[in-house]
This record gives sequence, structure tokens and C-alpha cells, in this order.
Amino acid sequence: MSRRLPKGGRLIDRSKSLGFSFNGKEMRGYAGDTLASALLAEGQVLMGRSFKHHRPRGIVASGPEEPNALMGLGRDGTFEPNARATTTELFQGLEARSQNHWPSLENDFGAISSMLSRFLPSGFYYKTFLWPRAFWKHVYEPAIRLSAGLGKPPMRRDTDHYEHFNITIDVLVIGGGISGLAAASAAAESGADVLLVEQDPAWGGRAPVDGARIDGMSAEEWIGSTLQSLQSMPNVRMRTRTTGSGIHDHGYVLLHERLTDHAPEHSVPRHRLWKVRAGQVVAATGAIERPLSFAGNDRPGCMLASAVRDYVVNYGVAPGERTVILTNNDDAYRTALTLREAGLGVSAVLDTRQQATGPLAAAARDAGLNVRPGCGIAGIVGRNRVDGVQVCRQDSDGEVIDVIQADCVAMSGGWSPATHVWCHAGGKLSWNDEAAHFAPDPARPPTGVDGMAMMQVAGSASGAIHSGTALESAHAAGVLAGKALGESRGRKAGRAPAGEDEGHQPMEPVWLVPARAPYAKRAKSWLDFQNDVKVSDIELAAREGYESVEHAKRYTTLGMATDQGKLSNINGLAILSRELGAPIEEVGTTTFRPPYVPVTMGAIAGEARGELFQPVRKTPIHEWHEANGAHWEPVGHWRRPYAFPVQGESVHDAVKREVLATRSGVGLLDASTLGKLVVKGPDAARFLDMLYTNMMSTLKPGKCRYGLMCSENGFLVDDGVVARLDGDTWLCHTTSGGADRIHASMEEWLQTEWWDWKVYVANVTEQFAQIGVAGPRARDLLNELGPSMDLGREALSFMAWTDGALGNVPVRVFRISFSGELSFEIAAPAGQARALWDRLLEAGRPLGMTPYGTEALHVMRAEKGFIMIGDETDGTVTPQDLGLHWAISKRKDDFLGKRAQEREHMTDPLRWRLVGLETLDGSVLPDGAYATDEGVNANGQQKTQGRVTSTYYSPTLDRGIAMGLVERGPDRMGEILEFPVIDGEPVRARIVNPVFHDPDGEKQNA
Amino acid sequence: MGHYSALAVVREAFRDHRGWQRAWKSPEPRRRYDVVIVGAGGHGLATAYYLGKNHGIRNVAVLEKGWLGGGNTGRNTTIIRSNYLQDASAAIYEKARTLYETLSQDLNYNVMFSPRGVMMLAQTEHEVRGYRRTAHANALQGVETEFIGPGRVKELCPIIEVRGPRYPVLGALWQPRGGTARHDAVAWGYARKCSEMGMDVIQQCEVTGIRTSGGDVSGVVTTRGDIDCGKLGIVVAGHSGHLADMAGFRLPIESVALQALVSEPIKPCMDVVVMANTVHGYMSQSDKGEMVIGGGADGFNNYTQRGSFSHIEETVRALVETFPMISRLKMLRQWGGIVDMTGDRSPILSGTPVGNLFVNCGWGTGGFKAIPGSGWGFAELMAKGESPLCAEFGLDRFREGRFIDESVAAGVAH
Repeated sequence: MSRRLPKGGRLIDRSKSLGFSFNGKEMRGYAGDTLASALLAEGQVLMGRSFKHHRPRGIVASGPEEPNALMGLGRDGTFEPNARATTTELFQGLEARSQNHWPSLENDFGAISSMLSRFLPSGFYYKTFLWPRAFWKHVYEPAIRLSAGLGKPPMRRDTDHYEHFNITIDVLVIGGGISGLAAASAAAESGADVLLVEQDPAWGGRAPVDGARIDGMSAEEWIGSTLQSLQSMPNVRMRTRTTGSGIHDHGYVLLHERLTDHAPEHSVPRHRLWKVRAGQVVAATGAIERPLSFAGNDRPGCMLASAVRDYVVNYGVAPGERTVILTNNDDAYRTALTLREAGLGVSAVLDTRQQATGPLAAAARDAGLNVRPGCGIAGIVGRNRVDGVQVCRQDSDGEVIDVIQADCVAMSGGWSPATHVWCHAGGKLSWNDEAAHFAPDPARPPTGVDGMAMMQVAGSASGAIHSGTALESAHAAGVLAGKALGESRGRKAGRAPAGEDEGHQPMEPVWLVPARAPYAKRAKSWLDFQNDVKVSDIELAAREGYESVEHAKRYTTLGMATDQGKLSNINGLAILSRELGAPIEEVGTTTFRPPYVPVTMGAIAGEARGELFQPVRKTPIHEWHEANGAHWEPVGHWRRPYAFPVQGESVHDAVKREVLATRSGVGLLDASTLGKLVVKGPDAARFLDMLYTNMMSTLKPGKCRYGLMCSENGFLVDDGVVARLDGDTWLCHTTSGGADRIHASMEEWLQTEWWDWKVYVANVTEQFAQIGVAGPRARDLLNELGPSMDLGREALSFMAWTDGALGNVPVRVFRISFSGELSFEIAAPAGQARALWDRLLEAGRPLGMTPYGTEALHVMRAEKGFIMIGDETDGTVTPQDLGLHWAISKRKDDFLGKRAQEREHMTDPLRWRLVGLETLDGSVLPDGAYATDEGVNANGQQKTQGRVTSTYYSPTLDRGIAMGLVERGPDRMGEILEFPVIDGEPVRARIVNPVFHDPDGEKQNA
Repeated sequence: MGHYSALAVVREAFRDHRGWQRAWKSPEPRRRYDVVIVGAGGHGLATAYYLGKNHGIRNVAVLEKGWLGGGNTGRNTTIIRSNYLQDASAAIYEKARTLYETLSQDLNYNVMFSPRGVMMLAQTEHEVRGYRRTAHANALQGVETEFIGPGRVKELCPIIEVRGPRYPVLGALWQPRGGTARHDAVAWGYARKCSEMGMDVIQQCEVTGIRTSGGDVSGVVTTRGDIDCGKLGIVVAGHSGHLADMAGFRLPIESVALQALVSEPIKPCMDVVVMANTVHGYMSQSDKGEMVIGGGADGFNNYTQRGSFSHIEETVRALVETFPMISRLKMLRQWGGIVDMTGDRSPILSGTPVGNLFVNCGWGTGGFKAIPGSGWGFAELMAKGESPLCAEFGLDRFREGRFIDESVAAGVAH
């Protein structure tokens, strides 16, 4: 049965018919429809099932506050669960499915829980499912999880993409209803740059539906002309389908724009997240109508009065043929009049107030409507939808006076300003008794960096729910926002638009219908439609001592559904306050958390997906590695070749080959990821003396020194070779992973502690590539390429550096070694590094030159007993533990970590210290294995006396070698330790000197 | 207060649930208690509970500035695990995990401990080595963990993208008996039992001063009057520094906001807890169906519990990469909790320079999982003056350099 009215529907285009499907059934709607209006027009009343009791659910609202009509949209890579039908714009081919039922929407097995609902009050699960213990994980919890959860999970990768915008603006106006338009106009006329956003596809908000008149025009006309004038102003930008999502500290606002949800054929990003830095924010976010609490108010067909009006006026759809209005205020009379005008039946207007005397009530009577003051609803007739309404006196316990046939109930409990964004950033609310709502307290606004108000509130969001006062407040807010930027812009806003109010009778708060409803009715009076929280649940929470509003919320789950309590919070609060006998303002609200409306995760992630997620940092030689079969290893944001397996070779064999080739001939390593920090300035020397444990000020230009950096707590955090370039310039090498961290730490010390020292730090890691050439033939190779450079043992001694050219590339050659071989590290400008690499390869070919990866590097350094930050260190190891006393200056008064290293435990002779470990059977010790000691500690844990820090198969020695930290290790050479292995026999290893290869250093000093 | 059972629920159903008693009383503060605990979060309430249960000390008040369980107990991501590296940490977290196993029955309050398993992904060689080491350590500590390969990771959690592309999953440290629990219920369950034992849980009672006499604590000044006590325990997480200040000493604590969020609820699709430290984010699915997501801590000190965005963006980005299916889910709610960080990121359970005054704080980003163990050990410390579980977590360690640092996974490689 079609519910589409023969005429009307200001937002739909009847010339464009669109096909869509619901639960596989083909249906039609018009361009401009929402999924909700199109479904209603097709006569679809039942749209989903509630979360807990699987009760039948129909549409309640017409905007993002909708708790019931949640759908699964699309399929495969475009499937989205929990989409609100009320904000989903219809398009040709849209596929929608209802949720949370089995086997079908109409016949849901889970609805059995509705029949058992008396046994399942709020919090029942805290009191039950206790025995037998194992049943929780294996029986109860799986059953609960299966019945909960609403929509189905998407199983495919999202095929859409998303983007972020960053923008700085003078004034951001959130909400494009008449108040937002008025505020934006006022701010823009004052000269401010304005961004105006509206969550709906259309401008103007509710005013056209409410029939407001402004400046002598219809709302529609006024909106049209205001839009025209805004669009003509160069300092105004406007966006529809854009929600003010969250406001964070210091005026940082997030907007969520939907670009193609209504037009999936477009290939632009699906959503856009705007990151806005706004000088001033104007919240013109409107107000949200409250449902009324009466028995059966969750039946499909019970809707907000404003939503009923919206569907008739905006979409030309009749939510019902015979509607009963239930209200405590004048506004709902507009719905009655609208329905009458559309030729639809209004069975009665039940007004909970003792009298209905306002002009709108009078108009309703004049139109012949049956207005019944002092009345309420005792119950609803009908199971899966409203078939009739039982009428009672409001001040009764629900005795039925008569029963009215009806298929729709339009309810209005008054309006609550949408104060969410005001509260996100710390704005406070105050309770208004007259309007029975919380409104922003202008005296306690959110403040910006300067401690001044950063937000104004405009229109009904401020509590001014009638168009006249709303427009005045909006204009004032716009002017204030403009002014807050200073008078310099010099322009003056025009006058405030004048809204015409028909006058009204005050609303009377009603939190329960009828006032003395007995338990049986209160247990059927819904507060939170999605989560199935009823009046009786809040009462139970209060009775059991969950008196804080946060306790009541968490115990009952009130307001924790996907609408985040937009409809339920105030009603629930009122019930709680009644139970506690405390005024609502004392009970307070729960915290408003961003986002205002749920935001797609993909939009939060933005462009940074796949390849763009933490883009790989590449050395200038990266492409060569890729072309030559590199087996990669992620290191920080870099990828480094772990090894270069040649055809058919295993990674393990490749490492072995690379080590042996380097030790016997010459190897080539891309060490470009090495951190390179230039430290320069008159105070650089004393700065480095503070940072390093070594004395760097005495280093001579042309020389290098291996340096250690400790934390304030005395633990080793980074190491590397420092070269003095000239009188006041040092080049500090850091670990690959440490470059950014050490750079940041240098800046932190310079900016916070030694701010008056003249030192500059530049991170030149990517400006220079670094190539290691190691092995007995290394010098031969370089001599070939750079005959002009003297790299002889005397001219360039160990731990010295020199500038020159190799193969016509300008280079700086460091005579340092991390492999224990004769070794040079060659720095070259990044742009010429690949050329140098190629020339080295070519010149090295006759020498059997072998490129090697990080694993060969690790193996060779371990053979040589060199420590590796992150392996031998873990934030608890001191240089002294590692036998690096020689690198700690005794002559300095202070350096980072010095005092810490003097503490009792740091000098404890029982500390674990670095040794070599050699298994008795030659096998490789497992990574991270612990050496056990006799007995257990006070907590019953096996005692330990050491652990493996690095462990490798050594191709050079053809056996397993390891380094480890052992209690008093260096004093226990030759002792045998036992390392238990998970699922195996313990491995026995002997404590030995950690330098397995060339202990006298003859090779590296060659 | 009435015993909770399915039978009780059925019985009450037939009298409109009118017979339920208060879960905890709402008493006026008395003049004096043997022990006063400041802070009715999980740790404070658990301390009181074990003081009564294990040590027979029941003349106890737990004072709470706001509402009980309203701090980090009620705003964390509910993960419970004990796969720590250092012996002292493993001991107290494993004690806690073990107590969680039977907590619902002990408290007669279903805290919904769900040992569904926790995995920490290794996405670099360095992490692989780190987690292998942890597995070795755990085996000796009596903590059941295992290093598993990417195939098993995918089997346990099919929605993970193990192939990368950016950071392929190389394996994971798997603790099958780790899991989650219902965070509020932990505080409520302890509060109910404390109240049942005759202890006073007093909400809306802010401590504004600490009184001492002859170097020992003698009582507290509160917004609801002065209260004398024999012993005082300060268990107030991010606000510990303020309380210490009242007693005249300082704590090595910084307070920062830690960010978290949940998605809209969906049907079950993830049965385990996954933590991905390389990309920085962790996720599990609550019994309600929400994907519960935790991220990093803000880089500045702060006392507001507001959500900030930069970490949320970073975390969601990491998790969309790890679990591509969440891209079309929607973030429902984000928030911040104030975590109390020490220099070594390990807690402080300790006596203080003031006699009979003890502090339990510094749990940082990992306090929820420790609640029962922390309460157990801290109660023992307060009752007897020493406790093996707390021995390593004394304040002296900062002076002596005896740090308990778990940051190995955050180490770096060449």
C-alpha cells in the first residue's frame, strides 16, 4: 500500500523515479527521498529489531538521532552496517537490508527474549551466568555475543577512498538552518572569513516545515534570498552533507563530509574529514525533540511529532492515515495542522496539560480537530505496529477512558538543544525549568588558547526554540564571532532578521504518561529504543544504588546505543532525578563525547592506506636492492635488505655467503639509513660533552670517536661514531631507528634546559648516503676508484676521516669498522650515491665484491663482540654492564646519566654483565633464552642468572655464537650455564670472551 | 544485600524487581577507621576487599571524590594479560589474572572475565626477538605464553591482514588465558562486597588535606568532615601527586591523557584481543559487539579526560591497515583517561616518608588488568608492612636505580 501523498514533498523530485531494494524486495522512490521516506512511502513500517529484546522497530525520527531504522547498505567492498535510513539519501540501485534478526525481519527467533523481558531487567547479567564457571566463556558469552551486535561485519576490503582537508578560518558556523544562515550572514558582513556547514543535503533546517515567516517572507523565500547573498560573498564558503563532528581543545574542529554516499557512481573520495582551526565557532546545531514515555511507545508507528511533519512536508509521505498526537507543548499542534492540511486523519490531539489555550491549539480546534487536554496514553493496541491508542487521564494511574483507532502516534515531550559540540570542548550547561531542558550557559563557554570564549551558540541550540528569538540570538552570535576577531575588519553587520512568532502557551514537562503509571506500564515505557532501556530499568538502577548518572547509564546502557542518547538521555535523567528526589540539574548529564554522529573509520584514516600508510623511506640505492633480489627487513620506517639471496639460495645460505665473502675479500653495504646529525655552534662542544658519556670537545678535527648516549636514568639509549668536521662542527652518527628520536631529544634539551646555548642541530640523514666497504681487499678497491685519495694506513688511520672524490663523486671517507675487517664508510651526496654504488660494484667485480645485507652485518658485529642497541640494550642496561667503561669519561663534571650511574643498584657488583656464550654442542642458542639459577624467588618464580642478547650461526667459526648478560659474567669465564628451551632439552653454554673474531684487532687496523 | 543468582532474578521477576537491595550502602563517614583508602576505583576497592578477606581488617573506609569506578577503571579498554618481561611485573599481573579467573564467583558479581586470548603481533625482526625473549621469560615465571607464526595468527583472528603490505605479520606472542572483563562490574562487584563486609564506601567525599602527628599519618580532612585513621592508602592514579603534596612529599609521576574509542556494535567477528605495537594500536570486540580500540597517550601533561584527535587518527589508521574490514565501520565514541606514568612505566606500591601512609599508583596505561593483584599485594603491604608482590615496586627504586622497565619492545635496531 503506497503511503505517498498525491502532492507535496518539497525535497523530492517526482519526475525522477529511483529503484532500490529492501531485504531483496524491489521498491521505488524519488530523487530527494531518504531511504526512510522511501520505505515509509512503500508502506514499510517494520524496519528493524532492537538490540537487547529484538523487539519490532519502526522509524521514530527523521534525522541523525534515529535509533531504530538502521540498515546494512551495499555489498562486498561497499557494505556498510548500521547506516541510519533517515540520513541515507536514496539513489538508483541502493541495496538495503534490515538487521539483528534471524531468520527474518518479520519472524525473529531472538524476539523470544522480549517475552522473557521480565526476567531480563537491566544488569541481570551481573547477577547471573555465574555457574558453572567455565560456562561463561564457552556457553553464556557466545550466546550473548551472538544475540547482541546489530549489523553484520563487513568482510571485504573497502573499495572506496577517503581524504583529509586542513583549513584555517575566522568563523566556522555549524548548522545551516535559519539560525546558521543568519549567524553566517552577520559574521560575514562583519568581514570575517566564514565556513558554513550543514549536515543535511538541503539548507534551511526545520523552518520551512514549521511554516515560519521571516522579514515578511515565507521561510523558504527568506532562505533562498539569504543563500543567494551568502553565495555572492567572496569571504563565505558553504558545504552541505557536512557534520560538525567534534570540537577539541583550542578550537580544533573536525567536520565529516559525505561526498558520494548519495551518488556512488562518482569516483571522488567517498568522505572527507575537515580539520579546521577556527578563530570562533558558532554552534547553530538546532534542537532535538524528545519522545514521551508511555506504555507501548516503542511500537512501530510511534514517532516524534516533528518527524511526522517532516515526512509529510518534505517527502509527501503519510506516516499514518489516522494519527493521534500526544504532546506537552504547542509545537506538536503544527503536526496536527499539517496532517489535516494534507488531507490525513487526526484522530485526536492528547495534550497532557490541563488546558490547551495557545493560538496553535485554537487553530487546531478551529480546524475541527479533537483536542483533549489533560489526557495521555495508557497503552497501545497492536503487536508489530500501532492499531489503536488507549486514552487515559494524564493525572491517573492509567485507567482507560476510551480506545481510539489509529495507525500512528506523533509524540512530543518538548525540545532539547543539541549542545553536544558546545560540551565537547568543555562548555557548560544550565537547566532551564521553563523549557525543561539543558542549554549552553553563555557564562561558561569553551575557551581557546587565550582563555577567551571560542564558541557562540545560535538559535534553538541556545534554547531559543521559537523562530523570532532564535534569529535574534543567531544574529547576535554571528556579530560576536565576527567581533572576537578584532575591529580591524571595520565592517558592520546588518540588522537581525525578524521572525514572526504566533505566541505560545508554555510547555509543561512530563516525564511519564500517565503520571502515576504502575510498574506494569513503566516496564513497557521505553526510554532508549535501541538498547531497550525502560523507565523501570532506571528506577531499578536507582533502587540498587547506581545513583550517579554515570552509574545509571552504564548499569542500564541508557544512551549508549548508536544514537548516543540523543532521544533518551534527558528523559532518563528526569526519571533518575525523580527516583532520587533530586533536581535534574543536580543529577547532571553524562559527558558528551565526540563524535556528534558516528564517523567512518576510513574517513579518520584518510589517504594513508596501503602504500601510503607510513610511506617506506628509501635510500638512494633502494631500487638497486629491489632489482637484485633483496630479502627485505623493516627497520623503523625504512626497509633494508636483510640479505641478497641469489637464484635458488636460501636466506640463511645467502647470509653465510655474504659473511664469508666479506671476511675473505670485500663486501659492500648500503648503510644510508644511519642517522646523521650535524651539531654546530660555539656551544656545540659542551653540548656534546653533556649528551655523550665520552669527551667530545677534545676530539680533533679529522678524527672520529665511538660515542655513547645515556638517558637521565643512566641507561644506554644510542651509540654511534662522532666525527669532528671543524672547530665548531660535529657530525653525530646515530642508529638507524634512533635518528629522529635522538634529534628530537637534542632539540628538547636545547629548547627546554639549555635554551641559551648557541647550538644548531640539523638532521641530514637523507641528504647523504653512506656505503660501507669492508674486507681485506677494501683498500685495493678504493684505490682503484680514487687514485687521488691517499687512504693508506698512515694517511687515514683507524678512526679518522677525510674528504675527496671516488669515481668522480665527492665523498667523505670514514675509516671505521663495524665488521672487524679493514673497513671504510663512504658518505656521498644522496643524488650521486647510486652512481658511486654502481662504480664500486663495477670496480669490485674483479675482486669478487659481494653486497651484503643487515643480517650479515649483525653476524659480523656479533663475531667481533660489538654491541647492538636494541639487542644488548633494552632500556635497563648501562654502558658499564656492557664493558664499555673505556667510553665513559672520568674527567667530566657531568653528562646525562652520570649521577644516575652512581646510584646503589647501578654499581651493584651482582649486575648482569656482557659475556660471550658458546654452546657445548656448537648449536645456536635460542633468541632471548634465560640461564636458570637454583631455586625460586619470593613469588615462586624460577630464579635466573643471565640471558642471551644476540645469537647467531657464525659462518666464520662454523658454529653457534652468542652474546649475553650474566650475573658477574666477566668474573666467571669458563663456567657453564644452563638455558632451558621451550619444549626441549636445556642447552648448555660456556661463558667466554665476547670477541670471537680477531680479538687483537689486526684485521680492522690493517 | 542478597545473594545474586539466576534463581534470585526469577524470584524478583514475580514481584516486579522490588526486592533488590542496594548494591552498596551510602553511609555517612564515621569519626575514625583503622584504615582509610582514598580512591574508590578498582585498585582502591580491591585493596579494601582483600584487607577484609585476607587480613580480617574490616573497619575500613574507601573515600571517593566523585563516583566509584569513575576514573580509569571505567574508561579503559578492559584488556587482561600478564605476558610481561620482568619478574616483578609478571608476578603481580599473573596474580591478578589468576584472581580474575574466579573473581565473578568470589564476588558473586559477574565481571564477565573472558579468557579469550591476547596476542601481541610481531611486525619487525626486532619484535620477533623481543617476544621470543618474553616467551622464554614467561615460561620460567609460570606465565603460559607461546610464540606463534603468522598462520596461527590468521587462524585465531581471521580479520587480520597478515600479509601487510607495509608491515607483514611475522608472528605473535600469544597468551591463551588473557582476555577481557567488564570494567565497571569489577569496581561495582568489589564495592558491593566491601559494603557487605561492613566497610564504608563513601562517594562524593573529596580529601582536601592529610593530617600527621609525629611523622605518622593520623587522618584526613574531607569535604564531609575530618576522619581519623590508623593507616592511610592513597590509590588515586592521575591525582596521586596532589595527595602526596598534601602529605608533604613528592612522587615521580606525570599525568597524561590516554586515548580510546569504540565503533558501533556489529555481530561477533573477532574472538581474541590483538595488540600491534609497531603500528601502535590495539583492538578487541566487546560482548556488545563494539570494536574497542586503544591508542597512544598524548604528548603533554594534562588532567582533562577529554579525547584529543591526533592519536585517534594515528591509531585508526594503523588498525585500518591491520584490519581492513573496519574501514566502513563507524567510530561511535572517543574519550580520554588520565594515566599516571612513572619514570620506568611500572607502578608504585610502597610505604612513604610518612609513617603508616602507603601509595598505590603509577599503573600508567596498564592498570585495569592488575586490579585484583594490586589489591591483593597492597592490602598485604598495608596490613603487614611487606608483601613479596610489592617488594620490587617501592619508591626507593628510583633513588637506587632499581628500575623495572618493560620498554624492551620499544627498543630500536640498527
